[in-house]
Amino acid sequence: MSTSPDSIIGRATPRIDGPLKTTGAAEYAADFHFEGMAHAVTVGATIASGRITKLDTATAESMPGVLLVLHHGNIGPLYRTVPGDDSATNSEVRSPFEDEVVRHWGQHVAVVVAETLEQATAAAAAVKVEYALEAANVRLKLDDFKGERKTISDRGDVDQAFDDAPVKVDQTYVTPVETHNPIEMHASVVRWDGDRVTLYETSQGVMNHRAVMAQVLGLPLENVRVVTRFLGSGFGGKLFPWPHAAMAAVAARKLNRPVKLSMTRRMMFSNVGYRPRTEQHIQLGATKEGKLLALRHEYLNNTSMLDDFDEGCGEATPYLYSVANLEVTGAQPRRNMGAPMWMRGPGAVPGLYALESGMNELADALDMDPLQLRLKNDAEKDESHDNIPFSSRHLRECLETGAKKFGWERRNAAIGSMRKDGKILGWGMAAASWVAVRLPCTATVEFCANGRLCVRCGTQDIGTGTYTIFAQVLHEKTGVPLDRIDVILGDSSLPSGPMSGGSMVTGSVLNAIADGANNAIKRLQQLAAATEGTPLHGAKLETVAFTEGRLHLKDQEASSGAHFADILGAAKLSRISAEGKTVPTWEDPKSKGFSLHSYGAQFVEVEWEPEIAKLRVSRVVTVIDAGKIINPAAAANQVAGAVVMGVGMGMLEETRYEQRTGQPINGNLADYLVATCADTPDIDVTFLDYPDPIMGEYGARGVGEIGLAGVAAAITAAVHHATGVRVRELPVRIEHLLESKIVSV
Amino acid sequence: MQTFQYTKAASIDKALGAASGAKFIAGGTTLVDLMKLSVEKPSGLVDINLLPLDKVETLPNGGLRIGAMVRNSDLAWNAEVQKNYAVLSQALLSGASPQLRNMATTGGNLLQRTRCVYFREPSAGTPGGYGCNKRTPGSGCAAMEGFNRMHAVLGTSDKCIATHPSDMCVAMAALEATIQTEGPKGKRTIAFADFHKVPGDTPHLENALEPGELVTYVDLPKPVEGAKSVYLKLRDRASYEFALASCAVVAKVEGGRIRYARVAMGGVGTKPWRSHEAEAALMGKAANAETFRHAAEAALKDAKPHGENAFKVELAKRCVVRTLKMATA
Ligand SMILES: Cc1cc2nc3c(=O)[nH]c(=O)nc-3n(C[C@H](O)[C@H](O)[C@H](O)COP(=O)(O)OP(=O)(O)OC[C@H]3O[C@@H](n4cnc5c(N)ncnc54)[C@H](O)[C@@H]3O)c2cc1C
Repeated sequence: MSTSPDSIIGRATPRIDGPLKTTGAAEYAADFHFEGMAHAVTVGATIASGRITKLDTATAESMPGVLLVLHHGNIGPLYRTVPGDDSATNSEVRSPFEDEVVRHWGQHVAVVVAETLEQATAAAAAVKVEYALEAANVRLKLDDFKGERKTISDRGDVDQAFDDAPVKVDQTYVTPVETHNPIEMHASVVRWDGDRVTLYETSQGVMNHRAVMAQVLGLPLENVRVVTRFLGSGFGGKLFPWPHAAMAAVAARKLNRPVKLSMTRRMMFSNVGYRPRTEQHIQLGATKEGKLLALRHEYLNNTSMLDDFDEGCGEATPYLYSVANLEVTGAQPRRNMGAPMWMRGPGAVPGLYALESGMNELADALDMDPLQLRLKNDAEKDESHDNIPFSSRHLRECLETGAKKFGWERRNAAIGSMRKDGKILGWGMAAASWVAVRLPCTATVEFCANGRLCVRCGTQDIGTGTYTIFAQVLHEKTGVPLDRIDVILGDSSLPSGPMSGGSMVTGSVLNAIADGANNAIKRLQQLAAATEGTPLHGAKLETVAFTEGRLHLKDQEASSGAHFADILGAAKLSRISAEGKTVPTWEDPKSKGFSLHSYGAQFVEVEWEPEIAKLRVSRVVTVIDAGKIINPAAAANQVAGAVVMGVGMGMLEETRYEQRTGQPINGNLADYLVATCADTPDIDVTFLDYPDPIMGEYGARGVGEIGLAGVAAAITAAVHHATGVRVRELPVRIEHLLESKIVSV
Repeated sequence: MQTFQYTKAASIDKALGAASGAKFIAGGTTLVDLMKLSVEKPSGLVDINLLPLDKVETLPNGGLRIGAMVRNSDLAWNAEVQKNYAVLSQALLSGASPQLRNMATTGGNLLQRTRCVYFREPSAGTPGGYGCNKRTPGSGCAAMEGFNRMHAVLGTSDKCIATHPSDMCVAMAALEATIQTEGPKGKRTIAFADFHKVPGDTPHLENALEPGELVTYVDLPKPVEGAKSVYLKLRDRASYEFALASCAVVAKVEGGRIRYARVAMGGVGTKPWRSHEAEAALMGKAANAETFRHAAEAALKDAKPHGENAFKVELAKRCVVRTLKMATA
């Protein structure tokens, strides 16, 4: 449906949960404290491969305050989740302490529970572990992979077309391991009540988390409750449960006391996922005029010894451009490293770094403007899926709008040719894309006799503004002011809601809420007509209108009717509620046969001082086509934040594995560099704001990830433009820049 | 658990009377970190925050006396420092973050320890842990063959290549500061160049302080008339990172010739690295790019890269050249 210009849908709306956060009242998982709560600290392996031969807990157990030391010998039964069960996705196949084999550095080998955190920490350090060491494979490079590659997408004859192409690019692009570093550390606070358990978790998916924990702990689903009221961000690292949650749950059950287990920053680097290293071979063939003839994208990403984690770098490649001959393949060599996990824009972000870098190199090989190259090869249909139409694709407009805002036409393509304030400028650009899916979910909407309106859904706000946009939808549907709307999320006992991943919450839940609101209004109308003592008593249903919280006859002023609170009062009801549902895109006949994606364009400027090899990203123009934007303030915040993360990906972030031990040796925020405020460029975010008719009510697709896609490729292109140095292995470092032939302005 | 005795010293005398094995705690921004990492295990902490060492005063000789407890922020924004010792203010403000600088003290900054990732590993120097000769003499040096991008290229030995991380100290080296101390054996004055030690065969001995000796002041000489001073720090990100290379210069140009030059480097040395070689290459020469490059070459002449930090040699040279250019402009 379309919204009027003065609708709250599309209006920048401050966070309804903002005051809770700024006053410290918002309760994050580790903020939960319970009477008698004990503290757990884990012991991590100090080798990357081998077998535990001796685990001596005697000293630890005798230390003050120590209540319990759990390990392979005494954890008791824990279960794996059913393979292929999409409702219960775990991070690691293996359950904690399942065997005595160590497969990566830092793997939990024991957990110590004590009265205080300090006692548990001290005792954890006193657990003595001996190992039979085995050769570990933590080799950084994946190029020794000899195994089979899975075909992801395939059309035409790439070999022939590439051979025949007059202009070619044939390069490999590398992205390093990057570690999720939300400021809030993972934590589990677990409390049992008989055979029922409540877990206060740092989760991006409370429903899935509950399903996993029920299976892992061997409990009926209804005996498990998972709560995540607020999340200090996750970036994907908190999508699925990690072993510490089950460890805390077992400890709490054995002790019959609440237990808190919180990760340290150091453990964040070894126990709770990371974006794996990718090595991506790109072959592009084109005519002399720049028409693509062949596109090959072969990617490798490392996975752990037991988990089959496919980063999916070929996600965007098959449909982004029009090209008759294409092949995308992928494979996952194993390493003695922890299980990888989705990180913001998984697949597409590293994948587009490679593809878009290839496109930028092709433009250079063609002596063609990289913007024109993209426009020339823009796809009209999804060529990877029988030429089905795109639901709403405005990549061309993203590119053209971005170019205009950035001033791209002033670009002088010669390397090192552009200047500003005694510095050299480099300009680069890239296209971006991200999938769109509507997930099934349920929400209930409830009108209360106290005049408040409430929506409940078992999804969660991971810091992105979910609470607020839900309230916006209810306000839009009912006119009830935002401060009388309660949004209840983050609890698995609520109606089933989606995971906060893949930028899918907005597009998914808004439909259910709108549906729920419509249904609840209908029930109110019925109630009003049926309730004696209201001005609407006896009215025909089709004559009853609902305006700004009031029920009235359609042909009369709203003031003539009654407020819903009065109607509930007259009917002697505390509330009336209704359920709303979202039909997933894959079950909706309207969305079948459409290719659903968001698009974007990134334009980047870097400033380069060759005399001191200093390069900073100074300006980014981002144009995003993500359907209807519900809350432009929150959406711009998401995209700008993603751009800053892109600066980190392009220039700073890399987890380093010590080759002798397999330890992520820079596992702290001093040695693992993320962008600081001072690294934040001038960022200009524009939304095209075209509702996607296939996405349902409002036509929103979600914006959490797309802002990161393409940034790194645009940065490396800008770096090349400024310095002449082509960096094909991220991040761009001073070491690379010192190779520039340009040594002064 | 590491237990320790905590006492708050009301006077310098009381502070000096502390038991052996105790450490002074000032801002705590280095020490508390290292205690959490099990690198430092003092039996006691003597809190020196009450000591009357928190003032910046002009000395009769026209120099400046900085109390050991003067916070990095206060020192950086001190009007006298900004006017006459700009290099010091700039160096301080390039370090850490505002919150840390508000806590960090002059004495603590002098004595901050290396950021070598192996040194900071809790188990370094223990059997099964990474070798670290600073932590346990004779246990080896894991950084030699490891993650050593941040490590030193000057003043290293085959026992240790850990960088001295301070920015403030680089400026003080160029300013030819002197350090005043008071210990069980009385007061003494230590020239800045003699305060920090290169690792040699004894990387665990980092400075000239005797056990229980307290830094009371850092004295700066009278500002050199007509000189200009500059600090430049190069690093991967724009803020909140230790130097990959930095340079402090105090220089005076007259008639196009360099009449006074003090050059010190950070991020590249095992101690705050004063370069007499660079200074010699500058004295009396024309203040131009060629001279600066000669000086930079001289400064890094003895540089010894290890694996990943090879780039620092060229980076440090460029840093020296640029700083000289700024200081003589
Ligand atoms: C995240 C982070 C980033 C940082 N970044 C930078 C940076 O970019 N550049 C930089 O230069 N520094 C940086 N620092 C280091 C910071 O400057 C030092 O931690 C600080 O200066 C130490 O001062 P303090 O008063 O807190 O010392 P403390 O931690 O209190 O003491 C440090 C040591 O000095 C001893 N000590 C203190 N005062 C005296 C005294 N008067 N006499 C004798 N001994 C004494 C203590 O016993 C202890 O051994 C950073 C620190 C952190 C934590």
